[in-house]
Amino acid sequence: MSWHIIWTLLLLVIFVGIVMWAFSSRRKTDFDEAARLPLEDDPVVTKSAQPRDSGEPK
Amino acid sequence: MTTNSNQSETYNYDVVKKFAIMTVVWGIVGMLVGVVIAAQLVWPQLNFDTPWLTFGRLRPLHTNAVVFAFGGCALFATSYYVVQRTCHVRLISDKLAAFTFWGWQLVIVSAAITLPLGITTTKEYAELEWPIDILIAIVWVSYAVVFFGTIMKRKIKHIYVANWFFGGFILTVAILHIFNNLEYPVTWFKSYSIYAGVQDAMIQWWYGHNAVGFFLTAGFLGIMYYFIPKQAERPVYSYRLSVVHFWALIFTYIWAGPHHLHYTALPDWAQSIGMVFSLILLAPSWGGMINGIMTLSGAWHKLRTDPILKFLVVSVSFYGMSTFEGPMMSIKTVNSLSHYTDWTIGHVHSGALGWVGMISIGAMYYLIPRLFGREIYSVKLIELHFWMSTIGIVFYITAMWVSGIMQGLMWRAVNEDGTLIYSFIETVQAMHPYYMIRLLGGLIYLSGMFVMAYNLYRTIYGARMVEALIPAPSHK
Repeated sequence: MSWHIIWTLLLLVIFVGIVMWAFSSRRKTDFDEAARLPLEDDPVVTKSAQPRDSGEPK
Repeated sequence: MTTNSNQSETYNYDVVKKFAIMTVVWGIVGMLVGVVIAAQLVWPQLNFDTPWLTFGRLRPLHTNAVVFAFGGCALFATSYYVVQRTCHVRLISDKLAAFTFWGWQLVIVSAAITLPLGITTTKEYAELEWPIDILIAIVWVSYAVVFFGTIMKRKIKHIYVANWFFGGFILTVAILHIFNNLEYPVTWFKSYSIYAGVQDAMIQWWYGHNAVGFFLTAGFLGIMYYFIPKQAERPVYSYRLSVVHFWALIFTYIWAGPHHLHYTALPDWAQSIGMVFSLILLAPSWGGMINGIMTLSGAWHKLRTDPILKFLVVSVSFYGMSTFEGPMMSIKTVNSLSHYTDWTIGHVHSGALGWVGMISIGAMYYLIPRLFGREIYSVKLIELHFWMSTIGIVFYITAMWVSGIMQGLMWRAVNEDGTLIYSFIETVQAMHPYYMIRLLGGLIYLSGMFVMAYNLYRTIYGARMVEALIPAPSHK
């Protein structure tokens, strides 16, 4: 029984720790950079010419 | 695809393309079976007294086809695409990736044969018999090796949040599938669960609800966190919220299963835990929904002209709707009215057609033209598809709400002496008109899928697949 209580509290502490870590101001720049990750992904580079190809559809 | 010498410099689009095309194909098949069984509920004669056309056998075929064939292929396609493009590296093994494709198709075909034959374990969403279960486990472990192996050799230090969601989904589904399907084989086509009684029920719904939580939610949130920023050309609204969203879902979803077993032999305290955790889930779910929708802040005008973005954003709105409805239905007193009625079917379909369906459709409209380096054949047809989907869902879910609540109220209505006011058949008769409306809604949604298939066929007809170069490592 007490083991279950310790385990539950431990998980809670871990979760609260994750939230505090995520919202700490030190993470801001890293996260801003991470958020841009998919956008800085280069557009499709076509090696072979395609008929009716006009690059990235909008 | 032509294999060339510098394969390591390009992304593996071949497996993405295969899964993407099969997403559309299995979507049509699975939804067609759904329309057939919806019609059978209106006109029972439509089973033609043929055992393998009966509702009881076609219904699991429908659920397996839309969840695991349509949804599964969408997840394979998008996760393989996203993990490569956000890690700047080719999949770790082309052969193993190809194996996951052919293995998964074999699983689907096996399901399509065995379920109509009546070969079933009778566990909901885990009906497939033990030889197919083993095949699923092998394919799934291979999927995990390809996905996590690719992450391990990534060129970008940070693992983008979409990959966390895909990874959480792959890992959890492996555990759920293996433990729920532990069974004693009796013959090649018959097995018995190693769990008995209420333990079996609890394991089943631990699996069943997390199939919703991880297969149908976490995986598709991975799609949301990549494709909405891409289509809106804006970074996700709050990256830190996405991190908290991920961990909050992981910590809470796994406990919600008992809400499927309210007022059963499951101990009361376990039912209450299921209910409480389901209610807590509202917070991360809505955090995620807000994060997805607010990604458009400053770009709302794009919604007017971009039907792909409409699909993605309306999908997230349905996610918000069904994750509000779900916790509400998990409250025991509400559940005593809603459980076993059509309300549940309506709830499931606002999640399945709205959230899962529309985000997959949006992602495929984004993905498939890019894989072939072409523009979409017709934006107007996407717009048409969007409205057909939306109207179809509205017909479907409103019909099921009315039908379900009416059904629940009729079941519990008693005379002063405690006898039931309505016989069962009277409730069935009362639902008949709503079954017609549901059929109509499903038919409109399915027709939209044919519009999609035509549009994509015209888009990729005669085109060769793109060979996408991996950006140079100078990037970071």
